[in-house]
Amino acid sequence: MKLTVWTYEGPPHVGAMRVATAMKGLHYVLHAPQGDTYADLLFTMIERRNHRPPVSYTTFQARDLGGDTANLFKTALQDAYERFKPQALIVGSSCTAELIQDDPEGMSATMGLPVPVIPLELPSYQRKENFGTDETFFQIVKALARPMGRSAHVSANLIGPTGLGFRHRDDITEVTALLEEMGIAVNVVAPMGATPADIARMGAAHFNVLMYPEHAEAAARWAERNLGQPYTRVVPIGVGATHDFIAEVAKLAGVAPKADDSRLRLPWYSRSVDSTYLTGKRVFLFGDATHVKAMARVARDEMGFEVVGLGCYNREYARDIRALAKEYGVEALVTEDYLEVEQTIEALAPEMILGTQMERHIGKRLGIPCAVISAPVHVQDFPARYSPVMGWEGANVIFDTLVHPLVMGLEEHLLHMFREDFEFHDEAGASHHGGAARLRALDESPTDEPEPEMAAAAAMPAEGNVVWLSDAEKELKKIPFFVRGKAKRNTEKFALEKGVTQISVETLYEAKAHYAR
Amino acid sequence: MKDFVPQPPEAGCRNAPVLKERGQREVFCGLTGIIWLHRKMQDAFFLVVGSRTCAHLLQSAAGVMIFAEPRFGTAILEEKDLAGLACANEELDREVDRLLARRPDIRQLFLVGSCPSEVIKLDLHRAAERLTERHAPHVRVLNYTGSGIETTFTEGEDACLAAMVPTLPDTAERQLLLVGALPDVVEDQAMALLRDMGVSPVRCLPAHRAAETPGVGANTLVALTQPFLNETAACLERRGARILSAPFPFGEEGTTAWLWTIAQEFGVAPDSFARVTDAPRARARKAIAAAAETLRDKSIFFFPDSQLEIPLARFLTRECGMKAVEVGAPFINKQIVGPDLDLLAEGPVISEGQDVDRQLDRCRAARPDLTVCGLGLANPLEAEGMATKWAIELVFTPVHLYEQAGDLAGLFARPLRRRALLSGLEGAA
Repeated sequence: MKLTVWTYEGPPHVGAMRVATAMKGLHYVLHAPQGDTYADLLFTMIERRNHRPPVSYTTFQARDLGGDTANLFKTALQDAYERFKPQALIVGSSCTAELIQDDPEGMSATMGLPVPVIPLELPSYQRKENFGTDETFFQIVKALARPMGRSAHVSANLIGPTGLGFRHRDDITEVTALLEEMGIAVNVVAPMGATPADIARMGAAHFNVLMYPEHAEAAARWAERNLGQPYTRVVPIGVGATHDFIAEVAKLAGVAPKADDSRLRLPWYSRSVDSTYLTGKRVFLFGDATHVKAMARVARDEMGFEVVGLGCYNREYARDIRALAKEYGVEALVTEDYLEVEQTIEALAPEMILGTQMERHIGKRLGIPCAVISAPVHVQDFPARYSPVMGWEGANVIFDTLVHPLVMGLEEHLLHMFREDFEFHDEAGASHHGGAARLRALDESPTDEPEPEMAAAAAMPAEGNVVWLSDAEKELKKIPFFVRGKAKRNTEKFALEKGVTQISVETLYEAKAHYAR
Repeated sequence: MKDFVPQPPEAGCRNAPVLKERGQREVFCGLTGIIWLHRKMQDAFFLVVGSRTCAHLLQSAAGVMIFAEPRFGTAILEEKDLAGLACANEELDREVDRLLARRPDIRQLFLVGSCPSEVIKLDLHRAAERLTERHAPHVRVLNYTGSGIETTFTEGEDACLAAMVPTLPDTAERQLLLVGALPDVVEDQAMALLRDMGVSPVRCLPAHRAAETPGVGANTLVALTQPFLNETAACLERRGARILSAPFPFGEEGTTAWLWTIAQEFGVAPDSFARVTDAPRARARKAIAAAAETLRDKSIFFFPDSQLEIPLARFLTRECGMKAVEVGAPFINKQIVGPDLDLLAEGPVISEGQDVDRQLDRCRAARPDLTVCGLGLANPLEAEGMATKWAIELVFTPVHLYEQAGDLAGLFARPLRRRALLSGLEGAA
């Protein structure tokens, strides 16, 4: 047993629902107790879908246990077929049904339905949501896709986008445009928007674009072996990765790499002088492995941040993330325990977090700006406006997303200049929250100011046997709150290294000089 | 006098035939009750013993609340717990020890059963006894089930309170016990009204803290504040308490009838009752009238969700002039909602249980002006052109008693007003 409050991933049958809901003409019959229908609202509320997910639940209750549940499943399957007339069905068990050991595969095989019925084995007590999406899509492709002649014109399948995916809707549009510019047609996008009949004609594509390895890597591998379709390894998130992706695609398709990046604004925005203040901003990344890998490159090479830590919650990609961390010279954090993530963030004291919904809240608690880069996400990250993260427009979106939570250059400069000002002190908060600002009385000196909660750094006990002299502590408080934690840590580290036990104003500035960048 | 007792219609729904359905049910399980129960019981922790699905459900239902160091969590069963039961008990003890060490402020711990823990027959009752001994006297450990196979949505609160009843101390005192977790603001209003008419002592179940836990005995009179407390009522009766039979305190009429039932038991004279209630009754009627303009003559269809459906249908039809098409409830106990059924005029289909696809067919055929349903159905029905009111809000929002009567009507009027405001968007994507 493991005590949990937050889970980054749902159970694997939710992954299967994400595939079923993404598709059309497919129906999922899920053997599950009353109550498991809660998962419907993830789709109807968070993603704002305008129809019910194509999922029928057996919703057995206590009185059904003991023999009756198998019949319940058969009835539900028959009813679902007759009501919805899908081109294919998928069947499986949720965690409770897994325990009662009815056999959806065996039962559905005896019913002789006139459409393919694809059974799913999703071990709920070992695996999680992303395994569920990957395995479900793989089983559907394996059951329905067959080798066939290639399309006359060079074409590709886009695989991996699902229901409840972070920006999947708009990434499809962006990647389709990248391919079109090279004269490559899209054969099938799957699972998002595909019917079982579409899956059956996946074999006509010349290669596969694996958009999200978490959701379609197993299917991509299968298609490589059985349909002779190679697949892309680069995920086109960020400017560099998009260029690499275009080169990789050109090679697979046997066409010339072509990139119309006339709409791309990230490089110029990032070079413009107002962005100078972004240099060396210390960022921590956490999320699903694919987005973390891609965003680490954007953060370091395209925004000029310093990556001080990174990690992922999906253990399937632990090895990749460890290798990546090594490349960036940081520790990898592979965990599904948000408390561990919180501890790591606290210890690293980054200036910005790139993470999921959980990290957004951790950031709120610790007073650290955060941008959301990965699922799990909440309703506000299924925006109405066009907001891909892939391709050229994706890069533009990323620039804005990463910059907005930060105090921008000019604003930050002003904060430095006026930090002793009565309207512009730590507690005043961001200028756009003016109504809530607490102005300091004109005759109140900055040192009288009560210690604000999020600027508690100076009040924390020092590491080791170092003592802060009161002058130095006062000086420390003059440093803007959003870098104070780092300054304090650096100074203490410096003092320890030098064998100094008392930190004076001198020590503070010596340390500042030592760590100058 | 008659003024305090609502006039029943010529024929009510108490003896109306009930359409009983079985099939796919689009409802929450009882675990969801934790979300509001833990806010009410401030020194209690709710530990679900279940699967990742249970944790995911709580997370989805709790929304942003989950970040405020909440007093609930899930001990997720893993592969190795399923291999042998002895091991599962040890694992549970270890997790509880760790939890209580981390949260020394906890006085009551609820082990909440789930579908997986019920199916593998993990004996949480024995575990609760064992853990009570281990952590006495500081923490008391209780257990109940919130599993989907046993409980529907608000029945989780019923199961929780019912589990507490046998542990309540004995008392011979003549007292009024208000049963059901009300929002604090509503509870305070109820206490003030009862105090002003001289009803005393009044105690609440659940109490805010373990130390305020009420006693129970043969002289205890119970006023239920929620219609879903069937098991709790039965347990209280077994302890000798008497359950007062009244409509539930929704709207001006429901609140007056509910208070008057109590007042009569405690010998409150009609004129002192009128002195206390006249002003709030007038306020409630005025507030309802504003929303009723939007609601009058509109038809309403209830999907089953919380067991609040029958009392709410009574309020909306009688006080807001709506017409009920179908009133679905997950479970109907005529002993408890009988007074509300008496006041609900004959006409609507009363349905118990669910076969969701067939019920959707009936709803589409009836094209009601407003449909009360869960979040899994709301947006899909809106997309089909039907106005909806999502039902869960009725459990989280203060809706009982006089001061909230206008808000309650407003919850139903708002979707209709919004629809009218946005009518220019019709036909757009």
